[in-house]
Amino acid sequence: MKKIKQLFAGVSFAALGLQSAHADYALNLMEGVTKVSHDIFDLHMLILWVCVFIGIAVFGTMFYSMYYHRKSKGHKAANFHENTTVEIIWTIIPTIILVAMAIPATKTMMELDNVQNSDMSIKVTGKQWYWDYEYLGTGVHYESHLDAMSEKTHRDGSDPHGVPHYLLNVDKPLVVPVGKKIRFVFTSADVIHSWWVPDLGWKKDANPGFINEAWTQVDKPGTYRGQCTELCGRDHGFMPIVVIAMEQGDYDKWVETTLAKQNEKPDLSDLSREQLMANGAAVYLKNCVSCHQIDGAGAPGDYPALRGSAKVNAGIDPLIGFLQAGTSKMPSFAKLKDNELAAVITYIRNAPELGNKVGDEIQPKAITPVYDDE
Amino acid sequence: MSAVTAEHGHDDHHDDHAHGPAKGWLRWIITTNHKDIGTLYLLFALAMFFVGGAMAMIIRAELFEPGMQFVDPKFFNSMTTMHALVMVFGAVMPAFVGLANWMIPMMIGAPDMALPRMNNMSFWLLVSGVLLLASTLFMEGGAPAGGWTLYPPLVLQTGKALPFAIFSVHLLGISSILGAINIVATILNMRAPAMPLMKMPMFVWTWLITGFLLIAIMPVFAGAVTMLLTDKFFHTSFFDAAGGGDPVLYQHIFWFFGHPEVYVMILPTFGVASTIIPVFARKPLFGYSSMVYATASIAFLSFIVWAHHMFTVGMPISGELYFMYATMLIAIPTGVKVFNWTATMWKGAMTFETPMLFSISFVVLFTLGGFTGLMMAVAPVDFQYHDTYFIVAHFHYTLVPASVFILMAAGYYWMPKWTGHMYNEKIGQLHFWLSAISVNILFFPQHFLGLAGMPRRIPDYAIQFADWNMISSIGGFIFGASQLLFLWIVVDTIKGGTGEKVSNEVWEDAHKHGLEWTLPSPPPYHTFSTPPAVIPCDHD
Repeated sequence: MKKIKQLFAGVSFAALGLQSAHADYALNLMEGVTKVSHDIFDLHMLILWVCVFIGIAVFGTMFYSMYYHRKSKGHKAANFHENTTVEIIWTIIPTIILVAMAIPATKTMMELDNVQNSDMSIKVTGKQWYWDYEYLGTGVHYESHLDAMSEKTHRDGSDPHGVPHYLLNVDKPLVVPVGKKIRFVFTSADVIHSWWVPDLGWKKDANPGFINEAWTQVDKPGTYRGQCTELCGRDHGFMPIVVIAMEQGDYDKWVETTLAKQNEKPDLSDLSREQLMANGAAVYLKNCVSCHQIDGAGAPGDYPALRGSAKVNAGIDPLIGFLQAGTSKMPSFAKLKDNELAAVITYIRNAPELGNKVGDEIQPKAITPVYDDE
Repeated sequence: MSAVTAEHGHDDHHDDHAHGPAKGWLRWIITTNHKDIGTLYLLFALAMFFVGGAMAMIIRAELFEPGMQFVDPKFFNSMTTMHALVMVFGAVMPAFVGLANWMIPMMIGAPDMALPRMNNMSFWLLVSGVLLLASTLFMEGGAPAGGWTLYPPLVLQTGKALPFAIFSVHLLGISSILGAINIVATILNMRAPAMPLMKMPMFVWTWLITGFLLIAIMPVFAGAVTMLLTDKFFHTSFFDAAGGGDPVLYQHIFWFFGHPEVYVMILPTFGVASTIIPVFARKPLFGYSSMVYATASIAFLSFIVWAHHMFTVGMPISGELYFMYATMLIAIPTGVKVFNWTATMWKGAMTFETPMLFSISFVVLFTLGGFTGLMMAVAPVDFQYHDTYFIVAHFHYTLVPASVFILMAAGYYWMPKWTGHMYNEKIGQLHFWLSAISVNILFFPQHFLGLAGMPRRIPDYAIQFADWNMISSIGGFIFGASQLLFLWIVVDTIKGGTGEKVSNEVWEDAHKHGLEWTLPSPPPYHTFSTPPAVIPCDHD
């Protein structure tokens, strides 16, 4: 019933001339914030106007003809059916237009392709369903997931109006300095993804087992948003990209704090049950929910349910080992720190929303390195 | 010249059982008659048009508002995948094969298709293939959800459905190849002696070229999906880097099939438009021979432009530039066609019955799709457009208000001939106007969505895309509902239509444009048992 009401509300809202509070929709391509994106925008406008011009000429002729050369107006049909001169003209003129368009297009294409002489390199790995960023040579390396609020909202099907940057927001954005030529190398850990930030002017596929390159140089500090643009499975629509461009000084500071945080030893002291459950819920939402779903029901045929699962509800040690080692179908979660692992195990065994109720709590210290990748 | 056509009893007939259709429902199973098989193809395509359309309605309902309301993201992906497969392989292609079956023998003065038993077999293979594909919806893990292009590695994550989907592609491929061989053999061998190639109707020409395209590409597609099958089940690694393969190889093979494939759906469209527009402009088709050469050039170019679907996949610059230039070339023969249609209308004496309305809106809206195609051909700009709603808008313009509209036009144009009954012109025009307006409400805003940054194949989107999505969905619902009018018209016309007596030529002076109009309406079960001596030809 709620859906039907929403539908009606939607239709009447559309009928009212779209007086929406979020009227920041766009009609045209974004100009973007790099030289290449500006060149691409100019090319786009050039071709668009060429097409508009040809369209007016052709459709104009057609509609003139449809108005004046109709039987109801008593127009008598002529009987011509070819004219070599005209046919040659309308073959040659488009050819000239195409050549004229190909020249600037070639220039921009060469520019887009030139990854030489970059100031820094970032390796971007697409994974189902988040991005992994590694700043080559600096040690900065982290994952970028859809932000928790968008994640929750789309999972439980609630109203996304009011969620800031719904589906275009991440927990940890990619940070780059302005005015520097940044080379990206793209690859994937599973299926093909594609990394697209419209303001940078391009997208590039991330292919498993192969490396692709692209580059950018952002002129203007700011926050630029994009999305995965190659269908990559169930949560393809939920792996956005956020790029923050900042002045070199700020960027250097960001590298410093990020590195410090990255190298911090996790706090392994005991936590209250509430804290474990709250932390566990956050870890679950980021790492587990795509496959096992918000209610732990999994996806029949694809992903097993955690709800009532024997593996989840039995002994702790095999479960820890399982999470750390992974299987051919499930990735290893050895990347989770002991406190995160403890929290999420407590959560999946006890969360009422997942339908499990073992009644225990697992403290960070209880996590033994059954599988250790060091 | 029409006197020789419709006779039934022939002196030289020694078998006495091949005169009429078999009695009862079995007629439709065992028939080898081109008219019956044409009808089967057309009705099957119409049914699949509604099945694929229902899937589109689910997609548009989910996209009506931001947020997840109705379906699971995986099921949404299955819907986009199955919608495309059903529409391409179940609706548009079979509809054109149906038209070919019905019309080509009647247009070239042949008694039937060259290979009637094989004709029956292609149809039933098609039905089996589509049913097998549809059955994957009910399998564990759901129907294929990796897009109609079936890109690995994603498609290899399909559940139990994968081998069934691949086998159904094999069946559909065999069906298409057999159908194409039959059409080519018919056109090359069975024309009335008075009809040289350059006097063939344009519809026959476009199908001859399409037939060759199909024979060339369907085995390639079958090969590609077979490699998927062995990668999944027999430990090969054609597309797996870990074993020395390359996932991008699949894309090259797929699009070597896929690009000509989209022309398989548009070349016969050109043929029908070139058939209908002269009749209602009361003027010969302008530039017949340039139309033939343009069609052949488009078909040739379609084989050497495939990687323009892959500009962002990571190609060397030389590849990017080559595929950009080659693709831009297609604009030239396509432009020639549009100019020719415009020149055909110029100084005609036009009337605007439903078939003409659909044909004119085809020319206009197909040209719009062509414009966006030209924009996408420019490789650097495609780095923005690729895999967004701009692309969705582009190919739907070339498929819905182009191919589908022309199929509607063909339906209205030939239905009086097929059934011997006149359709209801008022309802036909209503169907046209509702379709033509709603199809633009449906697809035009998708250009804006794509340019503003909305990727395709996503079940949910950011708030700034909400307005145009809602408008697009409303257009979609109106468009979907309007097609029920067509269903009504088909049923009504078969049952008797307006009751008006339909002449042989149906449309004013149509007999000057094609042999089919020299036959009675409806034509007898067997026509042109002896070839016609005189061929109507308006272009010499």
